[in-house]
Amino acid sequence: MRHRKLSQYGQQIFFVGPAILFFTVVMIIPFIMGMYYSFTDWNGVSGEVAWVGFDNFTKIFTNDPDFWNSFWFTVRFTVLGVILINVVGFFLAYFLTKPLKSRNVLRTIFFMPNVIGGLLLGFIWQFIFVKGFATLGDLTGWSFFQLPWLGTETTGFWAIVMVFVWQYSGYLMVIYIASLTNVSKEVLEAAEIDGATHFQKLRSIIVPLVMPAVTVGLFLAISWSFKMFDLNLSLTQGGPFKSTESVAMNIYNEAFLNNRYGLGTAKALLFFVIVAIISLIQVKVTKSKEVEA
Amino acid sequence: MEAKYRGRNVILEIVMVLIALVFLAPFYFLFVNSVKSFGEILSDAASWPSQFNWDNYSKAWELARFSEAFRNSIVITVISVVLITLFSAMAAYRMVRSDSKFNRVLLMLFVMSMVVPFQTIMIPVLQVVNGLDINNSIWGLLLTNLGLSLPMAIFLFHGFVKSVPLEIEEAATVDGCNPVRVFFSIVLPLLRPMMMTIIVLNTLAIWNDYLLPSLILQKPSLRTIPLATYSFFGQYTKQWDMALPALAIGILPIVAFYLLLQRYIVEGIAAGSVKG
Repeated sequence: MRHRKLSQYGQQIFFVGPAILFFTVVMIIPFIMGMYYSFTDWNGVSGEVAWVGFDNFTKIFTNDPDFWNSFWFTVRFTVLGVILINVVGFFLAYFLTKPLKSRNVLRTIFFMPNVIGGLLLGFIWQFIFVKGFATLGDLTGWSFFQLPWLGTETTGFWAIVMVFVWQYSGYLMVIYIASLTNVSKEVLEAAEIDGATHFQKLRSIIVPLVMPAVTVGLFLAISWSFKMFDLNLSLTQGGPFKSTESVAMNIYNEAFLNNRYGLGTAKALLFFVIVAIISLIQVKVTKSKEVEA
Repeated sequence: MEAKYRGRNVILEIVMVLIALVFLAPFYFLFVNSVKSFGEILSDAASWPSQFNWDNYSKAWELARFSEAFRNSIVITVISVVLITLFSAMAAYRMVRSDSKFNRVLLMLFVMSMVVPFQTIMIPVLQVVNGLDINNSIWGLLLTNLGLSLPMAIFLFHGFVKSVPLEIEEAATVDGCNPVRVFFSIVLPLLRPMMMTIIVLNTLAIWNDYLLPSLILQKPSLRTIPLATYSFFGQYTKQWDMALPALAIGILPIVAFYLLLQRYIVEGIAAGSVKG
């Protein structure tokens, strides 16, 4: 055993050094490079990089309908997806904190889609939409199953929403279960004695007390749906007619299919600003709604 | 009153079980059709298979080069997760115990970076990987995995280390333990609950990741499971008797991992989100 004391400086290097090194190489440097590239016409291949000022941003704002279509898709998808997975997740949690015999098995099942990556899930659902639903349509005669799910713009949108809800509700269920089990039994019993109905208890006691979990749930849901890529890629490839192309996918295509790296990084930077603003607003708003028991 | 309450729970139970069956339906479709012949899949995708063609699986396994993909996925996930957990615990420990201005700014940078979408740094990070000449190698992916995952892990550990009492460490220091030993033999074991969270979250994320590995690992021999599945699916689109067994093989390990460790996984996620 060595008794020599490690200097403060040495300790800082030893403990924090590795983290700083990886963080700098993978996050800080690329972030700064990205800011530079977004003002250039770099194509990713040639060594020639010319400074073009705000040209890329002007182009995005005035002459890039595909980007704004993908943005509009992402916004519509995010609003719907965030609401649905939080509502479904909350109610799964609410009912699975009741004394049901099968609740542990049910929790396991509802969470399961979440451990599988979006890419593989998208492929599985592609089969279900194309073949599985067709068979169910023949068996039941329900028109719901006979729709061309991945073939039109409207149904394609709803197909992605459906898979997204299936995939992520279970995760939020886990968060809401953790929060619901912390809601004090005494408060609920007191309300019951005062003659509160189930709905009144839910609305006036439970929902306000789980607001911290709602903050987390919304934050996670927004970041999942805003950054979605894998699921679109494997389920619809952004189609039909780019109608389900997300912003993340548009950036990817701009850089790696069109070889316009400069324009791609400009979009990526803009994307960051939008995500940051939305996340900040959301956390501020829901934090203000949290109450103490 | 009692009886009515119980009756209501029975109905609720039945409804929830039915919803759970709908949740499981995709897995049913996947597995029954993965062992059918191509003709049978086309004629009826919902029925139980008339015979089990297990060689669909062996064919898909061979053609998609799954042996390599499994090895790559396991190597990448295990090394990344071990290093992420270790380095983030070390950093968070020091940052809590030595509350300097530098460390406070650093924590703020880590937290801010968690909002940055991967797409924002995706293009330049490839330049960095190319510049270091570690593209098309597992090293390139390990480096980026670490850089991308450390901030969140440090943030989670940072909140947790604060709750570890200082007295034990002080006693050990008086007994002549140096800080490195104090950390590894006393602090690290105390961090176990949060460690589980970090291991679980990162294992799932790294095992399932498609985009980043697809950009860095282009050589077929380096493909991970999602990459192998993607390229296989591209070649055998609509050839469901090949594609479905490949998908089933692809999801099996992570589902098994989940079912074996589900208690830790669910607890880990709940704990991680309360902090976040």
